[in-house]
Amino acid sequence: MSTLAPERPATGPVRPRRRRPAGIGDRLTLRRAAPMIPAAVLLVLFMAGPIIYSLDLAFTDKAIRGDGASKTSFVGVSNFTDALTDGDFWNSVVLTILFTLISAVIGQNLLGLLLALLMERANRVISFAITSIVIAAWILPEVVAGYLLYTFFAEGGSLDGILGLVGIPPQTLLFSAPIVAVSFANVWRGTAFSMLVYSAALGAIPGDVQESAAMDGAGPMRRFTSITLPLLRPALATNLMLITLQTLSVFGLIFIMTGGGPDRKSQTLPLYMYEQAFSYGQLGYGTAVALLLLLIGAAASLVYLRLLPEEEKR
Amino acid sequence: MVTPGPTRPDRRTFLRITAGAAVVLPLAACSSDAGADTVRIAYQQFGSGTNLKDWLSASAKTFTAAHPGLSVELVPIVAAENDYFTKNELLMSSPRTSADVVYEDSFIMLSDVGAGYLRPLDAHIKTWDHWGDVVKASREAFTAEDGHVYGAPQTTDTRALFYHRDVFEEAGLPSTWEPTSWDDILEAARAIKDSDSEAAPLFIFSGKAQGEKASMQGFEMLLYGTTSRLYDEDTKKWVLGSQGFVDSLSLLRMIFEEELTLPVSQHLDPNISESIYSTMIPEGKLGILLDGSWITRNWAEGSPGEWPEWTEKVGLAKMPTKDGQDPGTLTLAGGWGLTIPQHCRDEDAAWAFIEAATSTENSLAFAIADNHITVRKDVAAKKEYQEYAPSVEFFTDLLATAYYRPALPAYPEVSAAIQEAMEAVMSDAADPKKAAADYDAAVTDIVGAENVQEESR
Repeated sequence: MSTLAPERPATGPVRPRRRRPAGIGDRLTLRRAAPMIPAAVLLVLFMAGPIIYSLDLAFTDKAIRGDGASKTSFVGVSNFTDALTDGDFWNSVVLTILFTLISAVIGQNLLGLLLALLMERANRVISFAITSIVIAAWILPEVVAGYLLYTFFAEGGSLDGILGLVGIPPQTLLFSAPIVAVSFANVWRGTAFSMLVYSAALGAIPGDVQESAAMDGAGPMRRFTSITLPLLRPALATNLMLITLQTLSVFGLIFIMTGGGPDRKSQTLPLYMYEQAFSYGQLGYGTAVALLLLLIGAAASLVYLRLLPEEEKR
Repeated sequence: MVTPGPTRPDRRTFLRITAGAAVVLPLAACSSDAGADTVRIAYQQFGSGTNLKDWLSASAKTFTAAHPGLSVELVPIVAAENDYFTKNELLMSSPRTSADVVYEDSFIMLSDVGAGYLRPLDAHIKTWDHWGDVVKASREAFTAEDGHVYGAPQTTDTRALFYHRDVFEEAGLPSTWEPTSWDDILEAARAIKDSDSEAAPLFIFSGKAQGEKASMQGFEMLLYGTTSRLYDEDTKKWVLGSQGFVDSLSLLRMIFEEELTLPVSQHLDPNISESIYSTMIPEGKLGILLDGSWITRNWAEGSPGEWPEWTEKVGLAKMPTKDGQDPGTLTLAGGWGLTIPQHCRDEDAAWAFIEAATSTENSLAFAIADNHITVRKDVAAKKEYQEYAPSVEFFTDLLATAYYRPALPAYPEVSAAIQEAMEAVMSDAADPKKAAADYDAAVTDIVGAENVQEESR
């Protein structure tokens, strides 16, 4: 069977498509660019403006109340050195990384992939039902999801009820292992996104590649590791990058479920930043912490970006 | 042209009008703010409550009747407590957005004075009829470190012990309870624990999850019953190494060690107060609660947790000092009042509004509608006030032995350090001495070594 042959021309049209944007670029005149000016102005005003302002703020002792509010002065990098020498800051960094690893990189990512793989084979009714449930968790507002999961984990909540049925004593996860509880909540809420990304990517893998591999005698495991996984790599990198960035900035879910406690045991960086900037009114310091969080996100993105071009070379 | 009469405007005209309106309306909105003959009043709008709005509207009527050339604009700031402070501070920081009169919490007022948001009101206070009516503690709370008065105090709340009479009966304790020392409270709690009652003996808000409640209703109600204080008003320094701090933590440690309270996990549940008010107390599952005057609102007629029997079932006791030393009992108070921002456009008009709002009648009506404790002797003397709620007289009398928090800019952070010390002894992560030493280090870190001093004994 020459099933592979007609496939190539199918991917062929990519080339002329690539050339086209360049063509438009060549003909890009001032007249054509004019309609973009309002958009550019808005972007500068509402995106670049605040970013530059916050860069400036991070080097001052600006506060909402108290002395720093009456006269704001330039303090150099002391906000950053204060953060880097503060035990609570590092506690938050570790928790943020832990939370991102458990809930995004491992939880959402693997569960999303597994669900997408299973759904490929499921019949339409089951697949519709599962998609609906998973997506329902995703489209719920963060506040509602946070409250639902709080009642699930809280003392005497539904988790204790379920465990009670099989004779396991009540757990107080929100108290004993809050970071695990909020990670679970984030997996519950965010898996749909990964599932959708992987479902789309799996759909794009031509079925006949798998078929011919099967004919050559490759078992399901071999087909998965040698065909599905390599072809999924761009999707993997994209998905990992997006959910990592989303998870780094999760705030409402944790704020509602634990408030960062007990004893800062679930105080990730966004919650630490909120406490400093709004509970203590230290805007300058809070902004510096926000920039450090941005750096962590940027570093993670760079790692994932390096995965992408390698894949394109193949 | 057959129809010259008034028809619907054509599309072009319609567009012109809409575009024009879109440009002009925001400008118009700005210019209405700028009217110098309008006094703008900023206040907190939380939930569906209208008590503040009603009071300020009534005050506006009194004011405009006396000053026909002036008008009043109410500026509701829709926010919960902490967000109200932040939003209000952001508004006050600019002359374009600042109101002329602001309803402020004494808790945040000193920080706003430090930020330069507020004007001193000494000149007006001198001529104000009611300054002498304001209780001493409240007058002090509205006086900043620089000795100037920055607001006209209006309301407050006080704290005491609530106890359940059925639980007490089961434990063989008296139906009218008047503890005179910390030991009396511990004894009663132990009696409840040893009795057949299933109720948890005692609850004191503790730990970070309870936020300011833990510091104010919990820790400070203990600490101010010792001879120690958080802050020395005379030297203007924060106090370290205080015996009272260790003693207060030791009491907490004892309560948890002897299991005279709910499990630690429930103490760290940020929503525990809801279940205390809605189920635990009404169902007799808690013996003694240290809490604030407003909690009986949860059981008032028309509220979701309506519980008319509470006046028979719940007793009130003043919080004793540690060993019953003078003045015997104490309370912590927090209060709200009216202030004038730095960017106020007409200070005399603003003060005239404050005078109208703080008249005896307007203040009385507000206190009754809002179910709060007044800081004014003239209002407290009114029969309508004394009778509007069963517990109002008890809580008003407490003001005689009231303390206010050292509500300086650093206080929110110091308060968080207190909550961390509480949490350390609750979970036995540190003994009281170690937790107090950690607190000392944290405070030094927050305010700087030049602003602390060792307790002098």
